[in-house]
Amino acid sequence: MGIEGVGARVARKEDKRFITGAGRYVDDMVVPGMKHAVFVRSPHAHAEIRKIDVAAARAMPGVIDVLVGRQLKADGIGNLICGWMIHSKDGSPMKMGAWSPLAVDRVRYVGDAIAIVVAETKGQARDAAEAVEVTYKELKAVTDASKAMGRGAPQLHPEAPNNLIFDWDLGNAAETDAAFGKAAHVVEMDVINNRLVPNAMEPRAALGHYDKAEDHYTCWTTSQNPHVARLVMSAFYNVAPENKLRVIAPDVGGGFGSKIYIYPEEIVCLWASKKTGVPVKWVADRTESFMTDAHGRDHHTHAAMAFDKDYRILGFKVETKANLGAYMSLFSSATPTYLYATLLSGQYDIPAIHANVKAIYTNTAPVDAYRGAGRPEAAFLIERMMEVSARRFGISPAELRRRNFITSFPHQTPVIMNYDAGDFAASLDAAMKAADYAGFARRRDEAKRRGRLRGIGMSCYIEACGIAPSAAVGSLGAGVGLWESAEVRVNAVGTIEVLTGSHSHGQGHETTFAQLVSQRLSVPLDSISIVHGDTDKVQMGMGTYGSRSGAVGMSAIVKALDKVEAKARKIAAHLMEADEADIVIENGELKVAGTDKKVPWFQMALAAYTAHNLPAGMEPGLKETAFYDPSNFTFPAGCYVCEVEVDPDTGHTDIVQFVAADDFGNIINPMIVEGQVHGGVTQGIGQALLEGASYDESSGQLVTASYMDYTMPRAGDVPSYRLSTSNTPAPSNPLGIKGCGEAGAIGSPPAVINAITDAIGTEELTMPATPQKVWAALKAATRH
Amino acid sequence: MYSVSYHRASSVADAAKLIKKAGDGKYVSGGMTLIPAMKLRLAAPTDLVDLRHVPELKGIKVSGKAVTIGAGTTHAEVAANEKLKAVCPALSHLASMIGDPHVRHMGTIGGSIANNDPAADYPAAMLALGATIVTNKREIAAEKFFTGLFETALKDGEIVTAVRFTAPARAGYEKFRNPASRYAMTGVFVAKGRDGVRVAVTGAGDDGVFRARDMEAALAKRFDAAALDGIKVSPANMMSDIHASAEYRANLVAVMARRAVARANQ
Repeated sequence: MGIEGVGARVARKEDKRFITGAGRYVDDMVVPGMKHAVFVRSPHAHAEIRKIDVAAARAMPGVIDVLVGRQLKADGIGNLICGWMIHSKDGSPMKMGAWSPLAVDRVRYVGDAIAIVVAETKGQARDAAEAVEVTYKELKAVTDASKAMGRGAPQLHPEAPNNLIFDWDLGNAAETDAAFGKAAHVVEMDVINNRLVPNAMEPRAALGHYDKAEDHYTCWTTSQNPHVARLVMSAFYNVAPENKLRVIAPDVGGGFGSKIYIYPEEIVCLWASKKTGVPVKWVADRTESFMTDAHGRDHHTHAAMAFDKDYRILGFKVETKANLGAYMSLFSSATPTYLYATLLSGQYDIPAIHANVKAIYTNTAPVDAYRGAGRPEAAFLIERMMEVSARRFGISPAELRRRNFITSFPHQTPVIMNYDAGDFAASLDAAMKAADYAGFARRRDEAKRRGRLRGIGMSCYIEACGIAPSAAVGSLGAGVGLWESAEVRVNAVGTIEVLTGSHSHGQGHETTFAQLVSQRLSVPLDSISIVHGDTDKVQMGMGTYGSRSGAVGMSAIVKALDKVEAKARKIAAHLMEADEADIVIENGELKVAGTDKKVPWFQMALAAYTAHNLPAGMEPGLKETAFYDPSNFTFPAGCYVCEVEVDPDTGHTDIVQFVAADDFGNIINPMIVEGQVHGGVTQGIGQALLEGASYDESSGQLVTASYMDYTMPRAGDVPSYRLSTSNTPAPSNPLGIKGCGEAGAIGSPPAVINAITDAIGTEELTMPATPQKVWAALKAATRH
Repeated sequence: MYSVSYHRASSVADAAKLIKKAGDGKYVSGGMTLIPAMKLRLAAPTDLVDLRHVPELKGIKVSGKAVTIGAGTTHAEVAANEKLKAVCPALSHLASMIGDPHVRHMGTIGGSIANNDPAADYPAAMLALGATIVTNKREIAAEKFFTGLFETALKDGEIVTAVRFTAPARAGYEKFRNPASRYAMTGVFVAKGRDGVRVAVTGAGDDGVFRARDMEAALAKRFDAAALDGIKVSPANMMSDIHASAEYRANLVAVMARRAVARANQ
């Protein structure tokens, strides 16, 4: 490892512009003639649209036009789609209701878009939006998934009777039943995984620009995957063919999954730009973000685990209701199925698993993948189950886990996944040691003397990243492949541009990807630029989500680097009349091993472009492209230990210690990895203690639509984390990387809840464990 | 935000004149409540009359036990004023816990009490200290000033110019914050002064700030947290929302009161 290469704690190259306010986000983009858009949105959770009168709005000062769904339909713009087909257990395809980018005759959640107002200024657009008169006939709304399936519930989509989108299962029901038949102990529990609002720092935004002379569209958008956006907008929404549509995702201020999806606003801005003849910019305000960004989680699960007399797990039965909201967002069907049920074996050797998942429409914001996406739901369920079981059996939580750990690899679980590497006991040992688990009883007694209830909890999570190979995900219903592309361009003076299909929206790719190239080609970090986020520059890519940019995106770069290096060696060998096998690349030079012959890197590059003296038949230039399709998922895993103190008078929980011991495979930049863990764990603590989207059941209004009511974690809510890694390289990719972006959010919620329930002595506690809930749980427990 | 006409007042008299001429005018001081409400289009005054540049509204005067705080004094100034801290540290402590540093450097005591947010901190202090609210027209006892949720005794156009009180022998304030907004979900100010003990509660009551008379009686006998042990706080007349039920708030009133007394006795 050099000071800039793989393994070095290089400060992030991109941070200079971010921390000096010089980042360029969609809202910073200005196109000549650009106007501003505001969307008219439904104030009702469920209503028929009887009439939309735009005449008064159109006459307002500065208004260029007001456009509605009927016009959009007339122009042939398509409905939004879900890109992952799930079949119910009876073989029928999922029942997808129509989602028009602008609602035509019915609205199904508060915030559903109805019309777009384009005006000279945003203020004028807002004023005019208030003047659009929509006549509604209100309908009964339902926000709870179980109630939505019940008799007499309001029906959202004619395509989906009883609001049931699919009734899917995974695993073997008969074998699982048989396992329960042999069980010495069965533990059952109900678990709720609370609905979350993603809350990226930068709200969603779109700038659509139709160039009439070229008959060409450009869309600047807050996307984690601009190429997928272009593909979907071309192939399904009929906005424009791909060669007539450029999508640019410039600096993007956080996504956490919520910016994977194609939303109505970018489609409508592009269409409105053609319709009005002016570039149209829309930037969400914070309330719109709360109401319309795809939410995360919202699972209600009943589960049972069967153990033998020695507390070895025999079987696991899971029934989950997943609330998908009012419409199926782009990958909403994959989250509660293949990203969830496939991880239900956790770190444990479980012979039989059966999971049933029902996906349900409700009058709430669409729900899709959010940091972790399915895996946090699985980890929370399993790790609560293990903790509660251990407490019930009277054995230590660590011992119950150890007794059931998978210890040899590869390991085929009963739910598709084939774990290829890991050392679960190593992470558990490291975490317990770092947390001084053995000294906990003393700390608990000391806290008791201060009137505080101290508890400790752990979580041994496993997750799956780098969803792949493409053929496998295709067979499971994915509408896209999940490979990644890379292009390495060596310029004539030896500087390098790497074009990647991964997208950086906080992850630090401009640094880590450059570190990889610097190490490999022995060139300085600042002679390497990472180019991403523009469909006119990068040919194709699948973007960033599922912690895939390292394992998949960087692996594609490695493949392109292989080709670049091979050609560079050939050129150098030719220039020095040496054997290509003797060429070594170090210190910015290509050398002939064992001699003093050398060619500086830039001179080799120049030779490639002057082409005065190249090997016979070699094409000039030095630029290589690669597509990388992984052969397996990667499996980051680890153990988190959380220690809390509860104030019994108020129910307030302080996290006094949090230890994370992760296995991420090989690491490019430990500082960036630690940052990812800090962020992930903080989001997980947010879910466990603070955050929860809440709809009023009768009106369907989002009660938590601002920071006055939705609690985001603050610095003071979390302790200084104690992190470590003990890594087993991933066998499936050339860098041995597993991924680290989501682990913190996946592993931490059960550790926190296990700690609080340990402190208060009752398991009856749901997330977020607010002071009120902890106080009430404590009170109820003392009463009994 | 809707468009609004801005006026900078140079004196209290000037401000009163400006508001009279305005269509639907509002005074703005720190603007910590009004401006966000306007941004969300929940408030739509035609005119704003800015009181921040009126010299006579500024400053803290302490003379013996007599304290006068100009209405335009920021929370940060109340929190940091050494003379005030010497005679009534509880009020400085309260001010130091309002919002965040940005809010404390913009928001003012006059703005806070004129707004009378049921979850604001100052109303509890004013009530417990038996303060007098001074306006450009008259003087109003705190008891009569806070009349309900966001309601005060102020008449149209009337401006709070100062608050006045006699520093108590002992006082303490403790609050439990709303986890999201960080406003007081329950805040209790306890003061032991010449006229006895007063206990005022903010953030909890469904009609705004109120006095806990049974606690006052118990503490008058013995000014000690243990004196409150037997007292049950009823959840009736408590606010209830997603963050705190009436029952939980009633509990918080009892807990914060005990802690406020303990702090006063430190």
